[in-house]
Amino acid sequence: MKVLVGVKRVVDPNVKVRVKADGSGVETANIKMAINPFCEIAVEQAVRMKEAGIVTEILVVTVGLPQCQETLRTAMAMGADRGILVETDVDVQPLAVAKVMKAIIAKENPQLVIMGKQAVDNDCNQTGQMVAALMGWPQATHISKVEPAGDHAEVTREVDGGLETLTIKLPAVVTADLRLNEPRYVTLPNIMKAKKKPLEVIKPDALGVDVTPRLTTLKVVEPAKRGSGVKLADVAELVNKLKNEAKVI
Amino acid sequence: MAILVIAEHDNKQLKTGTTNTIAAAAKLGADISVLVAGHQCAEAAAAAGKVPGVTKVLVADAAHYVVPLAENMAALVVSIADKFTHILAPATGFGKNFMPRVAALLDVAQISDISGIESADTFVRPIYAGNVLATVQSKDKIKVITVRITAFDPSTAAAGTAGSENVAVVADSGLTQFKGHELTKSARPELSAARVIVSGGRGMGSGENFKILEALADKLGAAVGASRAAVDSGFVTNDYQVGQTGKIVAPELYIAVGISGAIQHLAGMKDSKVIVAINKDAEAPIFSVANYWLVEDLFKAVPELTAAL
Ligand SMILES: Cc1cc2nc3c(=O)[nH]c(=O)nc-3n(C[C@H](O)[C@H](O)[C@H](O)COP(=O)(O)OP(=O)(O)OC[C@H]3O[C@@H](n4cnc5c(N)ncnc54)[C@H](O)[C@@H]3O)c2cc1C
Ligand SMILES: Nc1ncnc2c1ncn2[C@@H]1O[C@H](COP(=O)(O)O)[C@@H](O)[C@H]1O
Repeated sequence: MKVLVGVKRVVDPNVKVRVKADGSGVETANIKMAINPFCEIAVEQAVRMKEAGIVTEILVVTVGLPQCQETLRTAMAMGADRGILVETDVDVQPLAVAKVMKAIIAKENPQLVIMGKQAVDNDCNQTGQMVAALMGWPQATHISKVEPAGDHAEVTREVDGGLETLTIKLPAVVTADLRLNEPRYVTLPNIMKAKKKPLEVIKPDALGVDVTPRLTTLKVVEPAKRGSGVKLADVAELVNKLKNEAKVI
Repeated sequence: MAILVIAEHDNKQLKTGTTNTIAAAAKLGADISVLVAGHQCAEAAAAAGKVPGVTKVLVADAAHYVVPLAENMAALVVSIADKFTHILAPATGFGKNFMPRVAALLDVAQISDISGIESADTFVRPIYAGNVLATVQSKDKIKVITVRITAFDPSTAAAGTAGSENVAVVADSGLTQFKGHELTKSARPELSAARVIVSGGRGMGSGENFKILEALADKLGAAVGASRAAVDSGFVTNDYQVGQTGKIVAPELYIAVGISGAIQHLAGMKDSKVIVAINKDAEAPIFSVANYWLVEDLFKAVPELTAAL
């Protein structure tokens, strides 16, 4: 079975972002970038399925700047076989990414598409569902388990009250939650090997996809800071404050 | 302007997020229909008709809506979408699952997790784990929106008396089969609806030790939450997780115990009215958002607090 994994390059989740002085966006120049953590989990899942003999080929796809090649190389160092960068300097939104994915799926015919559940920059949580919609395929979001078996897969989803299990027909789209697996560290020999793996660069035009954003960002601001709190001496003081000052108990 | 809200419910009762979503809809306009898709869901439909601000309840009752599978929910919503300018659902696991599918089928963008409404086409939404607020404008003909429920308080106006009508069901997609649920049973309030939350982190050390938090929660009538580290360490199940990728909560009182305060955790709780932090490390970042903090060993402070209440 062939698997397609969507990966996004984002500001490293451990970096505290700053708003640009003119409020037009977030400062990304000279900031540490990383593969979106949920995409890393998606790649890991594909690699484990390949190691288990279920998957024959792993294609990783990203949409974005030329620098996103690094993200593809990281995924290939983890074990993906080849990569496609759909290169654009447009700040692409989920619907556009989904249309790009649809065009690539039409050429590549994967049986399973794995995406992250959410990109930690825009916090959209949309793209996987949109790909499934455009393909008319089933979807399973926020998964903590996926086991393909013939023409279907058994999946476990993390839902608000606990867990849900579904059987979905293949081909399908699934989106990875945090507890699906723990991604491996990439090793130097694998980084070297990844440099030789095929990486194709194409433009959205070549796929016939219009990636123009639908939403316009009018401004970005930092949220109001909470006032600074007080350190208390002991539990008695805490109880007193909660009762008489905050009046919440 | 005609607004459609998709109700989250269990066929009998509305989930709390539904009333918050209706409150958000009321900021957009006065013509609010609520879709209740379920199986033998007359009770939930009646409850929706009583929510202040609702003008009409649309009911789709069929066996395949007993659980809200994304493929079926999206097809149903799309079948009635052209009558509406705005379609809203709570940004809970429920809404996040099928709403992007609705948006893609309508060829419009989704505006995720809005926390503010500036006008009929302009919305505020948190990005970067809530460290940045973006104001975005949509020119799409139908606005597909998920709502951050903690940002909109339910209306306190008198109960409404909206009538209901049936809408045609769309045949089961057959793409997905529901197998089962493993839901956490608890007598405590739900995290997203609780007035008080007591949350534990890695500092709790074990699942067994969560008992001391539960004793405190019982005294306060509180829900129990957790950090990702506590969930990953197996102390509690995933539905306890508060944060960027867990639940977003904003109770009147949030007590963080043995939680360091990583940005991803703060993203889920920093809009709480009063925050208390108990941590033995005087440098823990959680203190930067706390109103009150105690630098103490939790195994001493928590039982003391429980006893003092
Ligand atoms: C993509 C992504 C998404 C994430 N999403 C979330 C999310 O939704 N929610 C979330 O919570 N995290 C999330 N995280 C993880 C987050 O970055 C932190 O790793 C996590 O929140 C840490 O949990 P913690 O505070 O319990 O553990 P730690 O950071 O290990 O902190 C434990 C704290 O307990 C204190 N402590 C220990 N023993 C005691 C004692 N006896 N008495 C008092 N204090 C004690 C310590 O001083 C320390 O401050 C995410 C991370 C990533 C990369
Ligand atoms: N520009 C992109 N290129 C490739 N994949 C993407 C891109 N944006 C989003 N995705 C995929 O969609 C998932 C969810 O992203 P989002 O819907 O933006 O929160 C990510 O984890 C990726 O798997």
